[in-house]
Formats: sequence, C-alpha cells, structure tokens
Amino acid sequence: MFESLSDRLSGVFDKLRGRGALTEADVRAAMREVRVALLEADVALPVVKSFVDKATERAIGAEVIRSITPGQMVVKIVHDALIEMLGGDSEGLNLDVTPPAVIMMVGLQGSGKTTTTAKIAKRLSEKERKKVMMASLDVNRPAAQDQLRILGEQISVATLPIIAGQQPVDIARRAMQAAKLQGFDVLLLDTAGRLHVDQALMAEMQAVAGASDPAEILLVVDSLTGQDAVNVAQSFAGQVDLTGVVLTRMDGDARGGAALSMRAVTQKPIKFAGTGEKLDALDAFDPQRVAGRILGMGDVVSLVERASETIQQDEAEKLAAKMAKGQFDMNDLRAQLNQMQRMGGMGALMGMLPGMGKMQKQAEASGVNDKTLSRMEAVILSMTPKERAKPEIIAAKRKIRIAKGAGTTVQEVNKLLKMHQEMANAMKKIKKMGGMGGLMKMMGKMPGGMAGMLGGGAGGGAPQLPGGMPPGFDKLLKR
Amino acid sequence: MSEEPQSWFAKLRAGLSRSSDKLGDSLSSVFTKSKLDDAMLEEIEEALIASDLGPAMAARVCAKLSAEKYDKAVSEAEVRQVVADEIERVLAPVARPLEVVAFPRPQTILVVGVNGSGKTTTIAKLAHLFQEQDYRVMLAAGDTFRAAAIEQLQVWGGRIGAPVISGKVGADAAGLAYESLEKARAGGYDALIIDTAGRLQNKQGLMDELAKVKRVLSKLMLSAPHDVVLVLDATTGQNALNQIEVFKEVAGVTGLVMTKLDGTARGGVLVAAAERFKLPIHAVGVGETIDDLRPFDPRAFARALAGVQE
Repeated sequence: MFESLSDRLSGVFDKLRGRGALTEADVRAAMREVRVALLEADVALPVVKSFVDKATERAIGAEVIRSITPGQMVVKIVHDALIEMLGGDSEGLNLDVTPPAVIMMVGLQGSGKTTTTAKIAKRLSEKERKKVMMASLDVNRPAAQDQLRILGEQISVATLPIIAGQQPVDIARRAMQAAKLQGFDVLLLDTAGRLHVDQALMAEMQAVAGASDPAEILLVVDSLTGQDAVNVAQSFAGQVDLTGVVLTRMDGDARGGAALSMRAVTQKPIKFAGTGEKLDALDAFDPQRVAGRILGMGDVVSLVERASETIQQDEAEKLAAKMAKGQFDMNDLRAQLNQMQRMGGMGALMGMLPGMGKMQKQAEASGVNDKTLSRMEAVILSMTPKERAKPEIIAAKRKIRIAKGAGTTVQEVNKLLKMHQEMANAMKKIKKMGGMGGLMKMMGKMPGGMAGMLGGGAGGGAPQLPGGMPPGFDKLLKR
Repeated sequence: MSEEPQSWFAKLRAGLSRSSDKLGDSLSSVFTKSKLDDAMLEEIEEALIASDLGPAMAARVCAKLSAEKYDKAVSEAEVRQVVADEIERVLAPVARPLEVVAFPRPQTILVVGVNGSGKTTTIAKLAHLFQEQDYRVMLAAGDTFRAAAIEQLQVWGGRIGAPVISGKVGADAAGLAYESLEKARAGGYDALIIDTAGRLQNKQGLMDELAKVKRVLSKLMLSAPHDVVLVLDATTGQNALNQIEVFKEVAGVTGLVMTKLDGTARGGVLVAAAERFKLPIHAVGVGETIDDLRPFDPRAFARALAGVQE
C-alpha cells in the first residue's frame, strides 16, 4: 500500500544519511521535500503543515546537530512524528454494552460502507462468535438493501427483512426491536451514502443515531480520497459522535494520505483497514506497522506473524539443521519455495521486508511473480529423486528431459540450477562464518540497510526465518 | 454551450461553490497586503493544493502568476482571473462531449473505473442524456461481481425506459458484453452502454479481464468499443492520475467523466490530469438526479474553481 510514499521519503532520507553534519538549511530543504511527498500522497494540507512544522522544529533542535549521525536522527524524528500522527496503539471495537450493541456505519457515497458492514459482521460472527444482525437503512440507492441482503447470505449473517418504502429511522427502530427480541449481540446499521453538504441526509443520520444509541459510529473513508478528506472528517465528526474510522481500498496503490489525515483531523482511532474485495479482507489497523511501512522500514512484525502461522515447525528445523551443516539440495529448495508460497507469495513477502520495496518493483517489471515460483517447483518435480538429492549429476541430456517434463526450456532449468548453486554456496559460506550468526551479517549486506533495521530492535524475528527470502534470491530477481 | 439553459451553469457553480468558496476564502485571506510577494504566492499555492490540483500543478500556476505579477500591486479579482485563465487554458482543449457518431450503429461505450466511483449511476445519466437527443439506448449490466449491481442498473433502466441486458451474478463479463452488442445491433439501437465491475487499477487479474471485454467486443465489431470512459470520483486525490494511467494502458481509456462534484473542495485533479494525459473530459456529475450529468464546460469549471465572480 504505501510504496510510493515510502519511495519518495527514502529518496529524501538517502540524501541525509550520507551526510556527516547537517545545517539548518539542509534540514529545511529535506523537510520541504517531505512536504511535497506527503502532499502528493494526498495527506491533507493542514495536516501536512502541522506535521512538517513539528518535525522541523524538533530536527533543528540541538539533538540533531550534536548527534554523530544527524541523518539517522532526522529519519527517526520523522518516523516518531508519523506514528504520533497515526495514533499510538491499535484499538478494537468497544461492544461492552447491554446487547444488542449497535454499530452504525456512516460515510460518503461509494466509500464502501455496505461491503465494510458485511466484512465487520463476518469478522464478529466468525472470530468473536457473536450473534450478528445487519440492517440496511439505504433507501436512496437502487438495490442497496438487496446488496446487503445478498452479502448477508454469502457470509451467513442475518439481515433485517426488507419492507419496501419504510424510512431509515423506522427501519432502525424495527431493527433494534428485532435484535432485542431475537437475542442478537451486535446490530450493524448500514446507512445511506451521503454528500456531507446534504443537510437533510445529515439530519436523518442524527435521527438514526438518536433512535439506536450506537455503541460505535464508524466513519468509512475511501483511502483514495484527496484533500477533501478533511472536510469529510470534520463534517461527519461535527454531526455525530464518531468512535472510529475504517479505511477502505487500502489494497489500491493510493499512497495512504487519507490514513494519515483521518486520524489527525478526527482525533479518533482508525480501527480497521479494508484490504481487498473478498469479505474476509479486513485487517485491524496497527499504526506502528503502517508508519514503518510508509518509511520503507518494512513490516517485520507482520512478516514474523505470517511466518509463524504458515511455516511448518519441523520443516524449518530440518532445514536449519541442514543449513548448519552447509548442505542444500533440491528438496530443500523446493521446501523453501513452498514456504514462500504459503506465506502469500513473493510480492507479499518482499512488501514486508525492509528495503525490499525497490526489488519488488524490479521483480514485477521483469515478470517475476508467484507463477515463477510454481514453475520453478515444476522443474524440481520433474527431476528424479536421485537428481534432487545430487543436482551435480544433471547433465545436458537430463536437462532436456527435465525441461520437457516441466513443460519449459533448458534455459529455465539452467536458471534454477544456477540459483540452487548460488544458494548452496551461500550455505557453505554461512557454515564457515559460523551458522546463523553469519546469516545475519549477510543480510546486513543486502541493499536497503537491513542491518540498520535489525539494530533498531524491531527485527528480532528475522534470523528465525529460514523460510523467508533465501540468500542469493536477490540475484535471481536482478537477472 | 450557448443554448444550454443558464440553470446548468448555476448548478455547476452551486456544485463547485464549496470548492470555490474554499479557494476563494484562502485567496481572500491572502489579501491583507497588496503587493504580490513570496508569502502570498505560497498561500495561493496552498489554496490550489487544497483543491486537489496537486503540488506540481499548483506550483506551475503560481510560477505563471509570479512571472506576470510579481512585486506588482494586485487585487484579489486579478489574481483569481489569472488563476482561472491558467486553469482554463489547460482544460479548454480537452472538453469534448460524448457523441453518438458511430457508423454502423450502435455507438458502443464501455464504462470503467474503481469501485464506488459512480459507474452505474453515471451510465443511467449518460443514457438519459442520449435519450434526450432522441437516440435509442441499450444498457448492459456487466458488473457481474458486486452484489445487487445488476439490480441497481435494472432499476435505473426501468426508470428511464431503456432495456437492460443482464446475466447471472458471477457470469463472464466478456460474454455478456458480446451478447449485448449482438442484441443492440439486431435491435437497431443507436448506443450501447456497458457497465463493468469496479476494480482497483493495481489488480492485474481484474485488469486483464477488462482487456478481454474490450477484445471480445472488437471481434464482433471492429470499431467497438468506440469509447472507453473512465469514471473518476471527484473526492479522489492524486491517485486519480494513477488510475488514468493504468486504465489507459490496459483498457485504452478514451475519455473521462467526473462524478460527485456536488460536494466540497474537489475536482482539481482534473486539471493535472488534463495537462498530463490530454484525454477528453466528456461530462461532470453535479448531483444525484438523472439530469445532473452535463457536458464539461472548462470556462465555467475554471472560473468556479478559482472563485471568479460573474
């Protein structure tokens, strides 16, 4: 999600990092570039101004000038300011009220309210075992109520039966009553999309809030929103007591400006982020991780979590034992490829690794994608067990046979063999350098200053990741 | 434009008034002094950025202003005028209404965009616009993905009296497009407007599907689709530029429609888009009723954006 902004910022920071001493003019110049980067990412202007002012003030303070690595210091200041702007800790829904707890969804037209309503309902009913009902109060858009009903059927969540011609406030009352009588824990109210200049609809929203006494009023905001985000946030916050924000379409290539603005303007936590069209694509929003991602520091926490969910422990241990001995054959390579696929494929992995953003782009440009992984696996599967254990014996004739078996060319087979060779060499080096400790050093040599990140304390999980990016893999991507 | 009723301009002004108020407010607040200096320029630039023109475009307009008026005494009206002229200069070449010109008929129009940009509503408005010009219009409910999208278009079709070709939810969009073109041709319709599922431009698979819809149409009729219209939400910020770029590459977008201009400060990204992509801007949506889609008037838009008083 925040690739472009992180690219822009890391460009600015690269210039600073190389410098021995920084003058006030240097800092101001860098901050001007930060300002443009944020504006291009659609962060709202007032938010940008206060952010840049705050960061500049701190950066020009004595601590930077006296610091041994002033560049790093500035990066840290910007980083801290970003986290501040996004809000500290992640916050979930507060549903500790007498049931039914009402969650009211509000937002502009087309921001994704109905889909988000269904996503939250699914999450509550599946993950938290709540008894959930949804009701659509959207009597304006044709077929909006049908849409929620269909979504309800898809996720097996009850929806309030539609009575044609009923007005929103009445629907809300009827939904409250039905939820009480049928013992639902949570009632989700999906309101009509509105333009925030539409006073009649705003009044209706207030009336609905009055009638249903919601535990949560969530503002749904499209993360593609531009400067108008401020107006949206202010006008909704002025009309009802928002308790949180949900950002939708975070899987687009928007630069996430709306995320930054929303928090600053509403002073309410961003509770969820919609990350795809499927109804389970809703993530809890973690400000620290997002800030890290914006600054190109990767999202190592997510990576480690994902890894521990998907990597089979015994497989990993086996591989680690082999690596310690300096052995690495085709079976190991295949196991690694499998693990990468399980973790969401190469794109997802590289997106989460610090400094890998650029490589991810290169990989996409050269057509390396998750299909490449399965093709590589196909090549390995076309080898005999003997060949897999001892790849050295694969001569020209065997290559032709393998290529035919995998439905590819000898060149592809050669590429795989070369990659395996490089990885095997790397394993041997690791052994010489003394096992895993050495691996860490190697990673430090990778582009993007992974070592810096590891030193930052956030990367404690990285060396425990035999299933992550295999050494030498970057070379494959650069071909 | 001359025979257009005055109410249209009033409507756009009303729609854009919030944005011009905003820009206007910012510009007015600049004029505590009367000489154009750096501080003033910076404030003007910020006012432009707040209208979503984007930092680059805003800087350019300001450079122009600076070149003409720097260190000279200027009035507020003058500054507004320079800004409006500059915006109009960029927009004027790209204003071109959508017309039914295809021969043989039907004029096939594919409507694309990200989720929630207002494609389906725009299609209904567009159909209505054609009907007002006495063309016979057929609609195709090609959004087979989103729940109730087909029903939504059917309701609109019923309201304006246009036939809607639809398939099942989850059906192949390309197949439906093909079928609808066949039917529109057989039925002697003047225009066929095809809805598509909303998609984010960075989803490769979905974008490929769009390319397929286009390919299939051109198999049946070499010149189809005659227009590929990208619907942009006015609240979208600088990401609109990415959207245009990718949709242009994959779906061969031939023109833009901007919706939801009846809210607050917005639409400025059209200026940056016009300069960068030079794609025609066909129409703007300024309200929720069926009549609220009108041809794009660059002069009115520029003047409204800069808050020039009539």
